[in-house]
Amino acid sequence: MKVLVTAKRVVDYNVNVRVLSDNSGVDLNNVKMSVNPFDEIAIEEAVRLKEAGTADEVVVVSIGPASAAEQIRTALALGADRGILVETDEDVQPLGIAKVLKAIVEKEAPGLVITGKQAIDGDNSQTGQMLAALTGMPQATFASEVVINDGSATVTREIDGGLETITVNLPAVITTDLRLNEPRYASLPNIMKAKKKPMDKYTPADLGVDVTPRVKTLKVTPPPERQAGIIVESVEQLVDKLKNEAKVIS
Amino acid sequence: MSILVVAEHDNDSIKPPTLVGVAAAAAIGGDIEVLVAGAGCAAAGEAAAKIAGVSKVLVADNAAYEHFLAENIAALVAEIGGNYSHILTVTTTSGKNYMPRVAALLDVAQISDISGVVSEDTFERPIYAGNAIATVQSSDAIKVITVRGTAFDPVAAEGGSATVENLDIVKDLGISKWDKADIVKLERPELTSASIIISGGRGMQNGENFALLESVADKLGAAIGASRAAVDAGFVPNDMQVGQTGKIVAPDLYIAVGISGAIQHLAGMKDSKVIVAINKDEDAPIFQVADYGLVADLFKAVPELDSML
Repeated sequence: MKVLVTAKRVVDYNVNVRVLSDNSGVDLNNVKMSVNPFDEIAIEEAVRLKEAGTADEVVVVSIGPASAAEQIRTALALGADRGILVETDEDVQPLGIAKVLKAIVEKEAPGLVITGKQAIDGDNSQTGQMLAALTGMPQATFASEVVINDGSATVTREIDGGLETITVNLPAVITTDLRLNEPRYASLPNIMKAKKKPMDKYTPADLGVDVTPRVKTLKVTPPPERQAGIIVESVEQLVDKLKNEAKVIS
Repeated sequence: MSILVVAEHDNDSIKPPTLVGVAAAAAIGGDIEVLVAGAGCAAAGEAAAKIAGVSKVLVADNAAYEHFLAENIAALVAEIGGNYSHILTVTTTSGKNYMPRVAALLDVAQISDISGVVSEDTFERPIYAGNAIATVQSSDAIKVITVRGTAFDPVAAEGGSATVENLDIVKDLGISKWDKADIVKLERPELTSASIIISGGRGMQNGENFALLESVADKLGAAIGASRAAVDAGFVPNDMQVGQTGKIVAPDLYIAVGISGAIQHLAGMKDSKVIVAINKDEDAPIFQVADYGLVADLFKAVPELDSML
């Protein structure tokens, strides 16, 4: 079975994101970029399926600027076999990304697609579900456990208040939640090997996909600042403040 | 304009997020209809008809909708979706699951997790885990939207008198099946819905010391969280993690104990109404977002707090 995974290029989760003073967006100059952490979990899951003999090839896709090749190399160093970069400088939104992925799915015919449940930049949580809709595949979102059966996958999902288990026919789209696995670190020899792994490049136009944004960002502003608080001198004063000033405990 | 709100319910009654969804619909303005899809959900349909401001309730009562499988629900919503200018629900794990599927079936964008309505086509939504707020404008004919549950005050559950119409649309795609649910009967509230949270960081030193927080949590009816540092150090499991890569929370009271206040943690909790920080390092960044800071050794301060509650 071939497994297709995604590796979105995003601002590293440790970076303190700053809004540009002209409110046009966030400052991406000289900022550390990484693989979206939820995609890292997807890559790890696919590589584990290959190590277990369930998958025979792991193909990683990234859609973004030429520099997104770095994120594909990272995924290849983590154990993916082959990369596909769909290069565009457009601000591709989830529906556009899902349409590009659909075109890749038609080319590659994977038995399973695994994506992160959301990217930590736009926080949309749409792409996997949209890809499933466009390809007519079932979906298992927010996965914390995946078991591959003959022709189906049994997936435990994180839902409000607990867990839910569903079985989806394959091919399917699975999106990863935090608890699915703990991604490994790439070893130096694997980073070297990754440089020799194949990477195909396309543009959205090559794939016949229109990625024109449907949603326009008018402005980006910082969230309301928190008022500076006070330092209390004792636990007693703290409890008094919480009871009588903030009135959040009784 | 005509707005469809997809209800969350348990077949017998309407769940609170539905009232938030109707509130957001009212902020957009227009005729508000509510879809109740389920199996044996007539009572929930009746309850939805009483929600203030709703003009019509559509009830799709069929075994295909029993477990809210995304494939079937999305096909149903997309089939009737062409009649509306807006389709919305609340950003719960259920809404997040099926709604993007609806949008893709209708070939429109989804606007996720809106925190404000500027106009009928322009909305505010948090990005980068709330570190920035984007104002976005949709050019699609149908706006598919999920609504942040804490961003709108729920409308009244009573007072309306909507008409109820049964939908005879059955979408059973047969490509997925529900096996079981394990809804945890927590001794404490869930992190994402708790009104009080007490979280521990690397300063807790080990997992056993989280017992100190448990005692306080029991007295306050609070949930217990942790920073990524505490999770990475192996003190507590990952599902307790509050932060950009963990759970995003906004309780009435957030007590951060032995947490320095890394960016990624602040991103997950800084919308809390009142923040308390207990840390022995007076320079810890957590004090910059705390309403009440206590510079103290947590191993003295937490037991003292416990004894005073």
